[in-house]
Order: sequence, then C-alpha cells, then structure tokens
Amino acid sequence: MATATPKVSALHSSSSGAKFRAAVELILHVVLLGCATISIITTVGIVLVLFIESLQFFREVSVWEFLTGTKWSPLLKPQHFGILPLFCGTLLVTAGSAIIAIPIGLGTAIFLSEYASSGFRDVVKPLLEILAGIPSVVFGYLAVVFISPLIRDIFPNADLFNAANASVVVGFMILPTIVSISEDVLRSVPRSLREAAYALGATKLDVTVGVVVPAAASGIMASFLLAIARAIGETMAVALAAGATPKMTLNPLESIQTMTAYIVQVSQGDTPAGSKEYHTIFAVGLALFTLTLILNVFAQWILTRVREKYE
Amino acid sequence: MSISKHSDGRPYAKFASELFAWSCGFCTFLCLAVLGLLLWNVVSFGWDSLSWKFLTSWPSMKPANSGIWAALVGSLYLIGLTALFSVPVGVGAAIYLEEYAPPSRWRTLVQINIANLAGVPSIVYGILGLGLFVRMMMLGRSVMSGALTLTLVVLPIVILSAQESLRAVPSTIRQASYALGATRWQTIWYQLLPASLPGIMTGVILALSRALGEAAPLVAIGAATYVSFTPQNIFTDEFSALPLQIFNWTDQPQKDFHQLAAAGIVVLLSVLILMNAVAVILRQRFSKKIRW
Repeated sequence: MATATPKVSALHSSSSGAKFRAAVELILHVVLLGCATISIITTVGIVLVLFIESLQFFREVSVWEFLTGTKWSPLLKPQHFGILPLFCGTLLVTAGSAIIAIPIGLGTAIFLSEYASSGFRDVVKPLLEILAGIPSVVFGYLAVVFISPLIRDIFPNADLFNAANASVVVGFMILPTIVSISEDVLRSVPRSLREAAYALGATKLDVTVGVVVPAAASGIMASFLLAIARAIGETMAVALAAGATPKMTLNPLESIQTMTAYIVQVSQGDTPAGSKEYHTIFAVGLALFTLTLILNVFAQWILTRVREKYE
Repeated sequence: MSISKHSDGRPYAKFASELFAWSCGFCTFLCLAVLGLLLWNVVSFGWDSLSWKFLTSWPSMKPANSGIWAALVGSLYLIGLTALFSVPVGVGAAIYLEEYAPPSRWRTLVQINIANLAGVPSIVYGILGLGLFVRMMMLGRSVMSGALTLTLVVLPIVILSAQESLRAVPSTIRQASYALGATRWQTIWYQLLPASLPGIMTGVILALSRALGEAAPLVAIGAATYVSFTPQNIFTDEFSALPLQIFNWTDQPQKDFHQLAAAGIVVLLSVLILMNAVAVILRQRFSKKIRW
C-alpha cells in the first residue's frame, strides 16, 4: 500500500503530470472497454460465420428438407440432407447420459450437502474437480478400451461402437456439473427450514426429500439443463465411442452419429472448402449452437432467480 | 404419547431414512470410483509404452517406433500463445466489468453474454475458428489459428474467475486508496491486482488446463494428425497437439495404438498435474503476502 503514496504526491506537484495521468486513465479505460467488447464480438462472430456459411448451404437445400428429412448422407451418393438422424443420435446419447448422471449426481450432491462432514467434503470436492478437468478425449479412450468390450460382453449382438457406450462416458463427464451446482443450491437453503421440519418430528429423509430438495428444485433443474447442454455439445468422446452411422433409431446398442461427431468426421476428411458438403458443417453447427444456447439461457435465467431469492 | 403413536404409524421411517443416506453415500462412492478406475486403467495400460524414446520420437505408422514429441511441442506452443492472448484480454475485460462499467444495461448484456459463451460447445468455436482465422484471416491450419481459437474457448473462464477474484477484494482497500488521492488505474495496479493475483492465477491455470485438453476445436480447424516436425514459424506451420494425437491413436483399430494412446494420456495428465501444482505453489507464495 505504501507504493501508491509517492505517485499520488507526484500527481499534485505538476499540472502537466496531471494532464498526462488523465490521458493515461482515458486510454486505459478505452483499452479495457475493448477487452470487454471482444466477448460481444465473439458472439457476433459465431452468429455471423454460422449464418453466412449456412446461407450458402440453404441456397441449395431447403430449410424444410434440412429440418424434416429423415436421411443424412451428404458424403455418399445419392446425397440426403435431413438432420433428423443426427438429431436423433444426439438425443439418444444425451438422454442416456442424463439417465446415468441425474440420479448419481443428485444423490452425490445431497450426500455432500446434507450428510457428509465438512472434512469429507473438503476431500471429495477437489477430487470431483479433477474428474471435471479430465479432457473429453480421455473419456473417449475409456469408452473404446474399457466400456465397449464390457457392453459387448453383456449384450453380444451390440454394435462395436454404439450409443450406450457413449452415453456411459458422457454421463460421467457431466456428473461434476450436476454435483457442484446442485450442492451449492442445496446448501443455500436456509437452516431455519430444516429446523422447522425437525421440530415437527420429521426424519432426516423427510427433511431432505420433503423440504430441502423441493426448496432447491429450481436450482437443481438449472444444473440438469446445463449438464444436458454440455452433453449435447460433447464431441470427442462421442466421435470415438458412438460410431459413425447416422440413423433414426432409439436402440442404444446400435451404431449412431451425433451432430458433433458428424462435424468431426467431415473435418477429418479432405472435403474441399466451398463445396456443399463443406457447408453442411456450418448448418449442423448452427443447429447445435441454437439448441445449446436455448438451454443455457434458460438455465442461467433460473440460476439468477435462485440467487436473488436466497441472497 | 402422540409422538410414539406417530412413529408406530410409520414403522419403516427410520429404516427408510438410513437406506436413503446409504444410497446417497453410494452415489458419491460411484463418482470417486469412476475417477479411480479411469486413472488406474490408463496408467496400468500405458505404463509399459512410456519411455524416453516415446517422448522424443515422431509419430509413425508402426506403433513400436511411434512417439509423442511433435504433439508435446505443439501443445506447449499452443498453451504458451493461448496464455499470451487470453490472460491480458481476459483480466482486462474483468477489470472493466468490475471497476469501470457502471451498473447498466450494457454491463448486464456483456455479463449474460459471457455466461452464455462459457456454455457454447467447443466444437462451435472450432467452426468459428475455421471460418474466421483459417479462411478469412488466411492463417491456414497454423499454430496461430489454433491458439486464437483456443483463446476464444477459454476467454469466458478467465474473465469469470478474474471477476470473482476482484470482487473478493474488500471495498475498504479501494476506498483507502482513493482517499489517499490515487487515480482509478493506480488503485487497480497497486492495490487490486496484487491482492487478487492468487485468485486470478488459479482461474488462468484452470482455463489453460482446459485449453490443453481440448481436441474438438483443433479438429474443426483441420489441424494435422501426422506431423513430423516442430513448428518453426507460428503463422504458417502446421501442428499437432497431445489430445489430437491421443484421439488419433484411440481411433485406430489396432490394440498397439490404444496402448500408445494410454501412454499419451499419462503424459497429458502429467502436464495437467504439473500445471496445477505450480498454481497451488504460486497461490500459497502470493497469498502469504496479503494481510487484510
């Protein structure tokens, strides 16, 4: 703190110094404003790039055909450009991962918030952060090397790579999101609510399930939405584990393809820039961006309201 | 009397409560078991392939001769450049939002926008990078394209964590500084930044860890998978990266390549652990100096 004092006296000693300082302040203000504006420019950039390149695609393929077509084969003749099979694949993997992650995640959040001692919590939370920090491609590896043979042992006629395979690992990838947000929300439920319930003779189960979880329901919902948005956008694990067959199926043991995995497939090949096939990744990207944006905006809106309620 | 009657009416209430507690505990155990299983699987499978030769060899079609040198160097270039771009811009944006911008619609808009950018799938950033850096700015599939794309991916994380650290500095520090006649920038530079440095650094390391593990945006900009040179010119040379190399090896049908992938993962996770250890040490050294 002592360092600031001599600078301050310099400020008062000469007026040309003061003018210089005012100029520096102004320049810095503008530079910092510029930094903050980059985030807006990024969003505008995403929207512009996706729209402009998709427009090229929609000149040749109608929006209606794209959104309602049930066949997706842009890289093979005859070409079909219906996104529904990719959407179906994404839906299958997302639903599967949610079925795994939601009960386990919520159970863990409840345990950490209501049952665990603070010492135990201090050990487990950093470990969950490590789980959250493990790169997606590592989960993809786990799916290929460990989960896939396991699933084929149980269901011998499952495809080598399939939706269930991807669902399992994506489920574990989105677990930390659910645990950390739900636990925060559960812990912010006022103590007085719990004590009132105990005073009425409720068991710990009654209090947790009947009072605390309902009070935190909207925040828990938001954690599910954020986790689902993550599952939809999850790429590398799905590209490795789910197969590469765009298909309208709800059977998790079949090889499928998600929107993200399709983008990876095209990016890996030598599709010439500017071709119709090249533009498909922007159209699929636009669909992906819109879908995750809606979920994220909704979840953020819920979380803002939750914070206002308890702060 | 009424209490005993009540519990008679629910003979299993205590049992149900216990069962629920155990189920929740089991969920927690499952989370940790997955982490354990993952680490054990990778290390036990990849350990045999780890050697000095593996670290310093170029990738090859033959698993036995294959190494990770190009990917390791590529990743270090990417992380270095990403840090160079994302730290000043991210911290600058955080300072603007916390210290300069008055509460206004513009500020709320920027804030909501950043929260949403943090949720945009990384492959979408890859598509943006492909359209913007690779094609429009004609940077091609160079290290620069990769680093700029990764910068956009991690920028929201840097901004959000830096904002949180700045917010944690007590307002008395600001008021004391202004009371001594310091300008806004002097207050920021001599008081707020040193005080919030440990928090900012933690966020930066977290963001760079994310950048190190990201493969999707790099695949989307068309980064090469077999590279047998290290980048000399960051504006023109193609590159590989650790997660890309791991993806490539896992994608091969032969088991030998899977073993290489496991060894690559051990290297990737080691670099991640190293980065986080450095963050912990730096944080402890810097936070000792602060006494409020």
